[in-house]
Amino acid sequence: MLIDLGIAFGRVAFVMLFVLNVAALLGWVERKQSAIMQDRIGANRASIFGFRVLGLFHPLADTLKMLTKEDFRPARADRLLFDLAPAVSVFFALVAFASIPFGDTLRVAGRVVPLQAVTLNVGVLYVLAMLSLGVYGVMMAGWSSANNYALLGGQRAAALMISAEIAIGASIMGVVMIHGSLNLMDIVRGQGYLLWGWVPAWGIITQPLAFILFVTAGIAATKRIPFDMPEGESEIIGYFVEYSGMKFGMFLMTDMVETIVLAGLSTSLFLGGWQIPYLFAEGFHFPWGAGIALPPLLVTLLQVSAFVGKVAAVIFVLMLIRWTLPRFRYDQAMRLGWLGLFPLAIANIVLTGLVLAAWGNR
Amino acid sequence: MSPMNLRQRFYLVEVLTGLWLTAAHFFRNMGRHTARAFGRKGTSGAVTIQYPEERRPYSPRLRSLHRLVRREDGSPRCVACMMCETVCPAHCIYIVADEHPNPEIEKVPRRFDIDLGKCVFCGYCVEACPEDAIRMDTGILEFSSYSRGGMIYSKDMLLSFEPADASGRPRSPIPLPADRRA
Ligand code: SF4
Ligand code: SF4
Repeated sequence: MLIDLGIAFGRVAFVMLFVLNVAALLGWVERKQSAIMQDRIGANRASIFGFRVLGLFHPLADTLKMLTKEDFRPARADRLLFDLAPAVSVFFALVAFASIPFGDTLRVAGRVVPLQAVTLNVGVLYVLAMLSLGVYGVMMAGWSSANNYALLGGQRAAALMISAEIAIGASIMGVVMIHGSLNLMDIVRGQGYLLWGWVPAWGIITQPLAFILFVTAGIAATKRIPFDMPEGESEIIGYFVEYSGMKFGMFLMTDMVETIVLAGLSTSLFLGGWQIPYLFAEGFHFPWGAGIALPPLLVTLLQVSAFVGKVAAVIFVLMLIRWTLPRFRYDQAMRLGWLGLFPLAIANIVLTGLVLAAWGNR
Repeated sequence: MSPMNLRQRFYLVEVLTGLWLTAAHFFRNMGRHTARAFGRKGTSGAVTIQYPEERRPYSPRLRSLHRLVRREDGSPRCVACMMCETVCPAHCIYIVADEHPNPEIEKVPRRFDIDLGKCVFCGYCVEACPEDAIRMDTGILEFSSYSRGGMIYSKDMLLSFEPADASGRPRSPIPLPADRRA
């Protein structure tokens, strides 16, 4: 009983600490990566006892600053909703990672523990549901601020979320059809098979169109540039215009956490999750016959690091996109979502169905 | 603006081109930063000049903080002729003349204040001076104060400044105004 409790706690703690720490680190990554892309150096002045460590103390300094700033609330704001909105926003972003697997199973004290915070048969739907619930925080912020610009931002966020959600849902249907499961663990396991004996059946190979559609719609769901019109800092400033201090920081954190969730989800669905090509439970089996036997613990360790590495790589690409593209206009984003991504995703479902039917008949 | 062709309207190719450009910058700069971290000199991964520690070279014609030129004995070269005070379009020079102990020299300023809060850095005072006694070549640009009074520089302060070195770097310390001194 106690061991079970400990195991459950460990699973949740690992995921929670992973997401929270990476989210804090992302502020630094964002600054430094954008700086290096633009031939700059980036924030490097925050120091502790004269040590600067490449500006790694800046997230710490930022947090301290936000915690000590005045927590301002507009006089006509709805008190309850105004205080609740950032918490709702960041809560749903944080729990969304729970069903994403970060490794295969681990044997602890005679029990087989799947390496994900919560084992859910509807893991894919769970992540999507949490992501779309997160937009309620944004809408609440926009509504309760008693500010027209904030209201506009919240409204835009809702419209954007709906058009993005539809495209996300439709684009991952292809993956779900191939693996016949909504359980993310099953989907990742399914990507361990080899096509024609040597090509790993990762989603990006079996569903390339869905991958592009999913990432595009996913970026829209995170509300970051190039889909940042809920924020639109050069025109309306957006739903958090009235927020200050750590409440504002929580909205910033939400964007970071959603980026991690998006990276984790696209890794699990399209990049093989924790799979390493040709690595099986007993070790490497190369298609040309060679093999290396490895102890199970090392295999698990390799898989977890593969997952973390892939998530980091996806985050790098997402940051690259965020610091390269300009913002879409509101109507352009709507048109892209409804007339571009959605029909293409439907076409992808039909195509996948035809291919699967033909494959099955052979 | 010409209408977009099909490839541009499709957007994906253009996006990938843009990402390729920024990624190329990232990896090139990353490589240079790494090379520098391992001690290679020459290439730099950034165009940043880290300002208070590094300065870009200033032009020799730069008009920076004023200084009063000294004679060999340390007294001001200024003869209190009031030319600069007269020409100054901002009326920010205030001179009180005094007899010079040396009969060869007519006068000497007892007070010579410049209100840098009013000065427009036109350089007319330097042009007007018949004795080449006032110059704007200290290279000091960072003088600021929390009060108007702190922007008034007296004769002794103006006399203490050295001219900038050949690359325009100031040789005198940046003056701390009275209201910021501990
Ligand atoms: S630079 Fe111009 S404004 Fe300033 S003190 Fe000289 S003459 Fe006056
Ligand atoms: S013009 Fe030259 S000599 Fe005359 S008062 Fe001004 S600084 Fe002194």
